[in-house]
Amino acid sequence: MQVMPINYYIFLSIALFTIGIVGVLTRRNVIIIFMCIELMLNAVNVLLVAFSKMHHLNAYALDRATTAGTEAQLFVFFIMVVAAAEVTVGLAIIVMLYRNIHSVDINFLNRLKH
Amino acid sequence: MNAIILSTLWGVLMMYAGFATSNKKTVSVIAVLGVIAVLVSNWLEFLGLPFFNIDTKGMLGYNAFGFLFNAVTHATLLMYFLLSAKEIEGSSKTPSDHYALIFFITAGISVIAGFKSLLMLFIGIEIISIPLYVLAGSDKSNLKSNEAALKYFLMGSFSTGLLLMGIALLYGDSGTFYLEGINIGIGFLTPMKTMGMVLLMVSMAFKVSAAPFHFWTPDVYDGTPTVYTSFMATIVKAAGFFAFLKLFETAFGKVHAQWEVLLSVIIVLTIVVGNVTAVFQQSVKRMLSYSSIAQAGFMLLGVYSMNLMAKQGIILYFAAYGFASIGLFAVLAKFKDHSIEGLNGFAKKQPVIAGSMLVSLLSLTGIPLTAGFFAKYYMILSVLKYGNNLWLVIIAILGAAVSVYYYFRVIQAMYFKDEADATVEQVGFSKSFQLLMVVNAIVLLVLGIHPDWLMLFL
Repeated sequence: MQVMPINYYIFLSIALFTIGIVGVLTRRNVIIIFMCIELMLNAVNVLLVAFSKMHHLNAYALDRATTAGTEAQLFVFFIMVVAAAEVTVGLAIIVMLYRNIHSVDINFLNRLKH
Repeated sequence: MNAIILSTLWGVLMMYAGFATSNKKTVSVIAVLGVIAVLVSNWLEFLGLPFFNIDTKGMLGYNAFGFLFNAVTHATLLMYFLLSAKEIEGSSKTPSDHYALIFFITAGISVIAGFKSLLMLFIGIEIISIPLYVLAGSDKSNLKSNEAALKYFLMGSFSTGLLLMGIALLYGDSGTFYLEGINIGIGFLTPMKTMGMVLLMVSMAFKVSAAPFHFWTPDVYDGTPTVYTSFMATIVKAAGFFAFLKLFETAFGKVHAQWEVLLSVIIVLTIVVGNVTAVFQQSVKRMLSYSSIAQAGFMLLGVYSMNLMAKQGIILYFAAYGFASIGLFAVLAKFKDHSIEGLNGFAKKQPVIAGSMLVSLLSLTGIPLTAGFFAKYYMILSVLKYGNNLWLVIIAILGAAVSVYYYFRVIQAMYFKDEADATVEQVGFSKSFQLLMVVNAIVLLVLGIHPDWLMLFL
């Protein structure tokens, strides 16, 4: 069986992660920033699942009954749960902000400072 | 384990306490009882009497350092609840919810105190962060509080993303999440591990607000309601340092020489930026948030040297910084105007409160006979013991010298300036609040004379 090399997954994940970081640093709309943060977290999920499979295959060659690599997939579930909790709080904060200033633009907050 | 389970359960209890009684005073009493219960149960486990036996597969485990850190956290939390109960009651129609959130954060801090796996580090940091976003934005109609919550939330989840990427890369290289399994030997530092380590360092620097990742701190601390700033800047920040120290000691201790340059750059920047910008602040609250950056630089010295003396010093530092800042913030929360001029002639009106504030400020500065002196002393001595880093020590001492200026400006305003303008606020302090402030000052003085009473257990 031909297995896709791990490098491809790493490059994909780093690319997604970088798009996320650049988005957080350059975009001005809070909702878009929020989406970029989710993209960062999901890039990590992709990478963890790929690594999990890699470590599993490596251990499987030596021992047929191995459970190596399962912990990363469990970690992914933890990330998903925490990300969901963060979304609930984050969206609530954005709604609270929108009620007060009728805008979701970051620049508006900078103008308030002085 | 006692502390985690009991504080979570007490958090749930606090949520229902809001239904059971509408009397805010009762809710505060229940919360204080809860902290005492958590404190005692943590101490009982330290003495070898755990209430629960849970198999965590080696992901959580406490040593004396973890127990002592838990105890300091609970002690400062108790003082915080006693001093700030009125403000917490006043901050919301249902203060029991806010107490519940604080108890959940305490559970997260206890997870941090015992993590042995990167999974637990991640869970602990998130349990601390998510309720804090809510507390930062708890003043819903105030735009500054909204801004603080949004900024804190965006920065917090951004740094969580970096943390997770670091964890994923470390896992890819070593195949385990356990800190002992990751512990890298010299010569095994592959590019992937290096990248993971640097990402973890950056994200921890975000969490403890070390320069150059500190830019969110002043706005967030300034915008958050003062009661919760007090909690955020002391107890939660200490947890960040504990996580930083433990992570880098157990996972990257062997390759110390590889990352010490990076960390020392962060330390120098933090001390310089924190102290210099604090000088120019006109508001006491903003000055304290910059000074918390400067104090962070000192605490990072303990992460840098990582020996026994650093551990003793950092525990003492948590206690000294925690009690002093909680006292100052508790007084500040009673004022509407936070400018330094607002404190003019304060000593004549309220000699007891002003005296206690004086002790707190002296302790933050690091004057002998107060706890802050020995905290700074131990930090500097631990770096000297580590050796070959005299320049770092000199910069730290110069930073402490600069800090005298802005702390003493507050003292000068309280003691040596007359209340010329009639706009100075008249704030009343109850007898019990005055008594507690005196107790707070006595704690700082006792720790300053006998720091060994705290370190005895390590």
